[in-house]
Amino acid sequence: MALTTPAGYSGTIVPDQVRRQLTGKRSDIAGRAFLALIISALTASVVILVVLVYDMVQLGEPILTGRLGDFLTGSLRSQPEASGVLQGLRGTFFIGVFTVVFAFPLGIGAAIYMEEYAHETRLTRFIDLSIRNLAGVPSVVYGILGLAIFVKALGDITGPEAQGRSVISAGLTLSVLVLPIVIITAAEALRAVPDSLREAGFGVGATRWEVTRDHVLSYAAPGILTGTVLALARALGEAAPLILVGAVTGFLSGGTSFSLETLDDRFTAMPIVITTWAGRPGADWEQATAAAIVVLLVVVLAANTFAILLRNHYEKKRG
Amino acid sequence: MTEPAAFTVADFHGSPRRVRKERAIRTVLFGAAMTSIVVSALIVLSLVGEAWTFVSQVELAALWTDGWFPRRGMYDVKTLFVGSLIVTVIAMLVAVPLGLGAAIYLSEYAPSAVRKTLKPALEILAGIPSVVLGFFALSFLSPEIVQRLRDDATQFNIAAAGLGVGILTIPLVASISEDAMRSVPSALREASYGLGARKITTTVRVVIPAAVSGLVAACIVAVSRAIGETMVVFIAAGATGGSLFSTDPFGPGQTMTAAIASQAAGTDQVRGAGLTFQSLFFVALLLFLVTLVLNVVASRFVRRVRQAY
Amino acid sequence: MPDPTTTTTEAPVTDPTSATPGLHLDVRGSTPGGATVFDVRDTSVYYGDFRAVRDVNLTVKQHQITAFIGPSGCGKSTMLRCFNRMNDLIDTARVEGQISYHGVDLYDPAVNPVEVRRRIGMVFQKPNPFPKSIYENVAYGPKVAGAKGDMDEIVERALRGAALWDEVKDRLKESGMSLSGGQQQRLCIARAIATDPEVLLMDEPCSALDPIATGRIEDLMLEIKQQFTIIIVTHNMQQAARVSDRTAFFTTEVNEESDHRTGMLVEFAETDKIFSNPDDERTENYVTGRFG
Repeated sequence: MALTTPAGYSGTIVPDQVRRQLTGKRSDIAGRAFLALIISALTASVVILVVLVYDMVQLGEPILTGRLGDFLTGSLRSQPEASGVLQGLRGTFFIGVFTVVFAFPLGIGAAIYMEEYAHETRLTRFIDLSIRNLAGVPSVVYGILGLAIFVKALGDITGPEAQGRSVISAGLTLSVLVLPIVIITAAEALRAVPDSLREAGFGVGATRWEVTRDHVLSYAAPGILTGTVLALARALGEAAPLILVGAVTGFLSGGTSFSLETLDDRFTAMPIVITTWAGRPGADWEQATAAAIVVLLVVVLAANTFAILLRNHYEKKRG
Repeated sequence: MTEPAAFTVADFHGSPRRVRKERAIRTVLFGAAMTSIVVSALIVLSLVGEAWTFVSQVELAALWTDGWFPRRGMYDVKTLFVGSLIVTVIAMLVAVPLGLGAAIYLSEYAPSAVRKTLKPALEILAGIPSVVLGFFALSFLSPEIVQRLRDDATQFNIAAAGLGVGILTIPLVASISEDAMRSVPSALREASYGLGARKITTTVRVVIPAAVSGLVAACIVAVSRAIGETMVVFIAAGATGGSLFSTDPFGPGQTMTAAIASQAAGTDQVRGAGLTFQSLFFVALLLFLVTLVLNVVASRFVRRVRQAY
Repeated sequence: MPDPTTTTTEAPVTDPTSATPGLHLDVRGSTPGGATVFDVRDTSVYYGDFRAVRDVNLTVKQHQITAFIGPSGCGKSTMLRCFNRMNDLIDTARVEGQISYHGVDLYDPAVNPVEVRRRIGMVFQKPNPFPKSIYENVAYGPKVAGAKGDMDEIVERALRGAALWDEVKDRLKESGMSLSGGQQQRLCIARAIATDPEVLLMDEPCSALDPIATGRIEDLMLEIKQQFTIIIVTHNMQQAARVSDRTAFFTTEVNEESDHRTGMLVEFAETDKIFSNPDDERTENYVTGRFG
């Protein structure tokens, strides 16, 4: 091991010699190459995102700038230049409502139980395991679940006229799909609440629910909100379960009304519209597909960005 | 002056109404938590019933044919396995280098200003619905990239779908890997620098080995996600009716997931030769089991990371 | 060059006439140092606008143990980390003044910090072995420095030097983290000396250890100082008195308006002078335990 100041050497050490050693010659090529490699990995990912969005906007531009109003209020037609996405928007809207109404309370409630109430028992661990496993189940399998339970078994409730193939079934199926995500993110937000806050509440004689409701939830609210918004965005973008549950992929004669009576009819949603149109040949359909994608992206990315900004804002505030 | 009343146990019971309310709320919340078990059970139930019908009634010969054509009674499952495998491999070739590289940069090298602007970009990529990526694969990746690579590639091809799934999975790999690396204590980095190691040496020989369980978990989760992805393949790989057994990535193909969706999307009612409807459930059960095993293995790796620190 | 045959010994501290009353520290005789290794002139360290330590002037001599003592927050560790450019790892850190190493300005822009750290090693407060085998822990530094030669021999030499060889020679493949606290710290010392540095910086190396482990490390320090030059930061005055040749006493001064605490060097002298007959009253107050 030849470092040039051998141990135990007590003679005079020449500054020039030391200076030469310290101003090391290594140009660290490997280090620079490595840095270039990983930066290009990140840049590639960002570039892909940019290219994707740009490509969609550019493809759909004639419609988006030319006839956006008609596009948003029109129905599915056999000619691309007359088609609109209103029915898709309606379906997506209702799916969103179902997710908020069913998945959020159920998911947040489950998270509250797991984080605030549950003791370490075998049952609790099994519930935890179930949640984590459910989070990894492919969306198409949730579609099968929806088909078997909401469409077939509960068909008389979810849509007697449509053999259960209604937006109700779709909404319920997607609520179940995002339920694990809501639970996991809400649980994380609750875990981040400092125990001292709870202790303060208990210290003045509050019950566990009162402590949770009055103190813990308000502290965890931003995190919970972020998680639920991300879950909602996920639900709105899913297509595979909708196919299984019987979303209409062709021409749909009705389905433009936002009234509740139509909930049990056949339906479609934005992701399905996109899927259907994507498979149709021709530049006009390509244009329509891209425009529909932009509409969906606006909704989904807006939700995602909102959630991210919200989380960053509160993380900064908390310090 | 009267004496203060003595306390008894009953004084510490609390108002019955409050106690009852507390108990009721607890029960409701417990019910909410139990739904996860209910859902898991329902999934298994929905799958197993019809899948068993399939398994018990299908002729063995029908499981080894030239391709997956369920409406004609040809249930060559290996067609779907191979399709899923090829898509997953191509996806991992994209997602692992890009995701891992981005994670290493963000965790170890990026100045905080860069991190604050570019990390959200990855999170936004994570939010893009798979149908969008499917269309992107068909309209852009296929003509501009795949067909430039191979002239004779068809418009609908597995390679484009694989690339699309890969892009979809980059953010997942990146975020799990980054978490794993950030949880390596800085004391280890300090020790390495203190010994005169350069940054690349510290990153490659100390941080990454210390985080390796988390990185492996990231890859396994990514594989599970890739296998479970439906719409990109459905839109871009073009085998909606049925598909011949094929190992050629530059032609059309079918995966387990897209096969299920194709079947359901075909007609209004899922009709066909005998067991067509049940074959759907059979494939779904296989899919469920594969992803379940992968996820369990991945979570073992994640737990190992947590235990080390 | 001082005559190495003379040893400077003062009267042991128990002499009541010349010693600070009430102080019964067992101060060894110090050995004279060799050449000056570090020369610190008018040095201050800033974190952003905040001055963490100001106006330090001292020298470190070869083959001596120099101790930095003082209350918490007085900049001892900050000062220590200047010697191997570890403060570079903190974005806002800035050093003003001059620190030279054998006549070379350590903070000269042309100086490569990586090269500095190969010659000036460090042992940290909390033992931080890598999650690798004992062998790999010790071999890491030399490998990274590109050492050729028999790695087994290098590892053994370092482990012997750290008085750990006999305890681990049969289990070199086991994880470094399976050792006890005191053993882990000796492993970190072995790891640091494996690169054959000239200087060893020790940042409160015993504060996380029990008294017996502490004693073993102190004995180790006295053994290896013939080979290395050691600078040790310690909270433990008795430790400084036991092992060091020269001692620097730091304290904090509070800026009345901003309530910032800036560290400063109060007194720097031979250890037995600091502990028996210090010049400055603040030093005397600290070493006699009146404050600190």
